[in-house]
Amino acid sequence: MSSNTNTISLGSTFSRGIWKENPVLRLLLGMCPTLAVTGALKPAITMSICVMFVLTCSNIVVSLMRNLLKPHLRIMMFTLTIATFVTIADLAVKAFAYEMSQTLGPYIPLIIVNCIIIGRAEACASKNNLVVSIVDAIGMSVGFALALCAVAAARELLAAGTLMDFSVMPDKFVPWAAMSMPVGAFVVLGLLLGFINAITNKSS
Amino acid sequence: MDYIGGLIAAFISVVLINNLVLTKFLGICPYLGVSGRLDMAFGMGMAVTFVVTLAGTVTWLIDHLILMEYGLEVTRYVCFILVIAGAVQLVEMYVRKFFPSLYESFGIFLPLITTNCAILGLCLFLNLWDIQNFVKAVVLSFGAGIGFTVAICIMAAIRENLEMADVPKSIKGAPITLITAGIMTLAFLGFAGMIK
Repeated sequence: MSSNTNTISLGSTFSRGIWKENPVLRLLLGMCPTLAVTGALKPAITMSICVMFVLTCSNIVVSLMRNLLKPHLRIMMFTLTIATFVTIADLAVKAFAYEMSQTLGPYIPLIIVNCIIIGRAEACASKNNLVVSIVDAIGMSVGFALALCAVAAARELLAAGTLMDFSVMPDKFVPWAAMSMPVGAFVVLGLLLGFINAITNKSS
Repeated sequence: MDYIGGLIAAFISVVLINNLVLTKFLGICPYLGVSGRLDMAFGMGMAVTFVVTLAGTVTWLIDHLILMEYGLEVTRYVCFILVIAGAVQLVEMYVRKFFPSLYESFGIFLPLITTNCAILGLCLFLNLWDIQNFVKAVVLSFGAGIGFTVAICIMAAIRENLEMADVPKSIKGAPITLITAGIMTLAFLGFAGMIK
């Protein structure tokens, strides 16, 4: 019986990151990467993988040291843990995908100040055991990845007529250059949030 | 004279052309969160300007005098975030002591400056743009803060008027703010030709 309730709560821990508490679309956290790296799908996917790695690792470490944390120093500890893992991710991207690291530029180190990661450390990992923290981290990163890919797919499709660099639009399609500029990022994300609000309002 | 002209050009470029909020998407969280009222937006802008000038200067010095000197670039991010967290702590203590009412109205947003991407972003951009001159680094840091203040104050002024407007229910709040910000970036795009 107890294992049954345990599975249910783990399942809901995982799924809440995807829809109910989606970090980008519902909690409006981590907006900077959502706007900055969504010019095309490939950087968006690389970014999502980096965030998943950093979030999972930092949640593991924070969860393991949660009983040792002093309240007034905890934010500092979180940030240092995150900065360490971001350094690892940054070096890995530079080593295995150098061109991608040039495209992403400072936005990989900027994962350090991504509010999602510090928010999950504070709200989940510092209060829960290892398994719950890992499941929560994976759920949240999947939600983040979905939001990023949704924005990136729309922008890449409209700006260049391609998806993952494959041409998908008919020949007569005229590329809409504004979509690859900052204005495209803001407007697409704004409309996406509005669309999701509309769905939620209707169902409630 | 050329030297001062170069500094002025750098200042204008970081305030208007390479505005961190509108072209580099840094500092979006406070930009959406605190831009509801003009006086709070201005206070936030001033706090960020102070922290970013301090952090930009100190991290540039650490980067060039210690990290590059001894080949410790790997620890760059950890050092930067420590400096920023320290600077924010300093500002928080100062504001709480001397401006208690401002401190009350900031609430959670003051400690959150630590996680304001604009500050870490500027420190990283100083490194990325390969700024070799100390005075230029200070001017760019200060300009980045002013650029943030300009963007957030314009946004706050628009949003105060937006409250009177009849916006469809589902795009009230964050969505309409984002779309407004998008249109603002188009306006700022007009500055792009100012400095080659």
